[in-house]
Amino acid sequence: MAANSYKAQKIRSSLLTNLILIVICLLWLVPIIGILITSFRPSTDVFQSGWWSVFPHKENVQSGEIILPATVDVNGPITIDGVTHTFEEWRQGVNMPDGRYLEWFGNRRTRKLTVSAEQWVGFATGFTLKNYEDVLTGKTINYIDGNGQTIERKGNDLSRAFLNSLAVAIPATIIPILIAAFAAFGFAWLNFPGRNIIFSLVVALLVVPLQIALIPILQDYVKLGLNGTFMGIWLAHTGFGLPLATYLLFNYISTLPRELLESAYIDGASNFTIFVRMILPLSVPALASFAIFQFLWVWNDYLVALVFLGGGKNQVVTYAVASLVGEKGQDWQLMTAAAFISMALPLAVFLGLQRYFVRGMLAGSVKG
Amino acid sequence: MTVEPMNAKPDNQGKSGFLSSVLGKILLGIVIISATAFILWWGYNFLSANKAPQVVQIPIAILWGVGGVALLYTVLNWLVEQLPRNVSRVLQPLIFIGPAVLLMGWFLAVPVFRSLMTSFKDSLGQKNVGLENYIFAFTDTRMLETFRNNLLWLVFGTSFSVGLGLLIATLADRTKAEVLYKSIIFTPMAISFVGAGVIWKFVYTYKGTGYGINEIGLINAIITGLGGTPQPWLNMPPWNNFFLIVIMIWLQTGYAMVILSSAIKGVPSELLEAARIDGSSEWKAFWSVIVPYIKGTLITVTTTIVIFSLKTFDIVRVMTGGNNQTNVIANEFYLQSFTYNHAGRASAIAVVLLVLVLPVIINNLREFNRGRKGF
Repeated sequence: MAANSYKAQKIRSSLLTNLILIVICLLWLVPIIGILITSFRPSTDVFQSGWWSVFPHKENVQSGEIILPATVDVNGPITIDGVTHTFEEWRQGVNMPDGRYLEWFGNRRTRKLTVSAEQWVGFATGFTLKNYEDVLTGKTINYIDGNGQTIERKGNDLSRAFLNSLAVAIPATIIPILIAAFAAFGFAWLNFPGRNIIFSLVVALLVVPLQIALIPILQDYVKLGLNGTFMGIWLAHTGFGLPLATYLLFNYISTLPRELLESAYIDGASNFTIFVRMILPLSVPALASFAIFQFLWVWNDYLVALVFLGGGKNQVVTYAVASLVGEKGQDWQLMTAAAFISMALPLAVFLGLQRYFVRGMLAGSVKG
Repeated sequence: MTVEPMNAKPDNQGKSGFLSSVLGKILLGIVIISATAFILWWGYNFLSANKAPQVVQIPIAILWGVGGVALLYTVLNWLVEQLPRNVSRVLQPLIFIGPAVLLMGWFLAVPVFRSLMTSFKDSLGQKNVGLENYIFAFTDTRMLETFRNNLLWLVFGTSFSVGLGLLIATLADRTKAEVLYKSIIFTPMAISFVGAGVIWKFVYTYKGTGYGINEIGLINAIITGLGGTPQPWLNMPPWNNFFLIVIMIWLQTGYAMVILSSAIKGVPSELLEAARIDGSSEWKAFWSVIVPYIKGTLITVTTTIVIFSLKTFDIVRVMTGGNNQTNVIANEFYLQSFTYNHAGRASAIAVVLLVLVLPVIINNLREFNRGRKGF
């Protein structure tokens, strides 16, 4: 019996644990699901109802109108289809015995009632890709706003911004890794004066807030004509990412077996050959972890792009989404689609390569 | 490194052979340097002209950027290897660490001193104004508001992120669907702060009260569904700060959870078993065994999230722009630098931020020097 109650208690506690976790996970997911669904809804729906109304639920659906003939006296009690109520009551809405719901529209003189009935809705959701087309294009777009008016404006050209983000993120990921790998090898395996002091500097720079650099670097960029160029933002991301990259790769490269390298030196290989032929291939796990880290960081960065790249031809997705939020605070169908476009690639990279990402993060957290 | 590469180059050609080989090398060197310079220069001009269509421009940009760096290293190294051995031995480490050190110096180390200098100057960064910018930074009501808000971010954002992360890590460790739970909580880490801003702005959105208005924001819909009145959550100081901090918790809990989870898995099961045999409840075992064991990791995670909370910028920028008393230090820095164009004040704020993380820097250095036995 005792074993049984122990078992029952175990099951109960496991159920409770799972329940708590499921609730937390739902809290975490619901906001994302909300924008995902909204991004596929027609603008008229988005302005009228919440995204959760796409799920099947019972709702009053308008099915028609009744216009009272001029002969009916609207000042006294009004009888419609055998049911009698005052105008005020009709205006509040009346449930008819046959299940219909009648509601007076506007003031007395309209003589109009709307007819609706409670129905299951939400099966025909009318999902559309129009919002995505609208934010991706740079051409003129049309949509209906919350007041039923057709709005015409320029699209946000997110397709261009997306390509720009790629043009920024790919080199801004590979270049710092390459430079950091060379440096990490130098710090780990080459002897030179000042090695300890210089590496301590790298450690010190790990958590320096990049705000400290923005004004001076911007001054340099204006002088050098690098402001607003891809080259400029690659360099900036490289400079800001190098301390962590060098530190992580140093931690990895310095643990490679010494004998392996020594035998290569004895075979007459140069430092460069050893680095390219041995160190780089052996460091692939560390390089991959940092690559994912840096790619996500650069892709999701807003501050550096805002300061050094800005808007216009070269704007990246974070910038485009942020300015969409700033200029059109209520166009949720566009903002949600844009946000989802900006999230799609990092989410795919992240979910696909999560294991490497976590490994890199753990390596970085041990000391940093 | 004491082992040196063997000299593989044949040294037995006569003197004239040696001379011609040196001459050949110099010529080859000149050719290679000019070819490299030409390729890089051509690419740079092509890219800065920015005339080609985007689909052509971008692959070339990527190729030029990445290839250029690889080419530079290869050529520089080749040049150094051509020099006499004693010279190349001194120069080679420079090739390896030089670019990284130069870039870190230019982008991070030197700017610390440049910003420090600018912080004593006027709005244009020219005239000396003494401590005026620091007096502004520590007495102006705007700044005091940012300090208060950052303190809220630091205290509530950090404690909830770490606390929830620890809770989820501990609970998930006992379930079969651990990976799934953890992946879900971790997912926001892949989302930009701007994207998270849109997500949560939509959760908080407010349409106003009136006939026929359906709230489309989740929170207000729930409130009206329960019979309450919808609220403009982001315009309600000081509570709006907490609604922004929720976003930080949503983003950072996953980070804390993953790191803490791996630390919890490192707790020896014998320790836990022993505690259970002694009759400790799970709750007690958690506090007396797990927490002390992962203390180091807890401190590291907390530190990282504290730094994050001090530097918070994008969320505030996108959600409120710092209005309605939600301003934070990094946003005030941005406003002073790029909206009010006051380089002096902005630099002073940046220096304040740096001073705030200085204890962490010092601690990192101390830890690093302690663990450097094998360096």
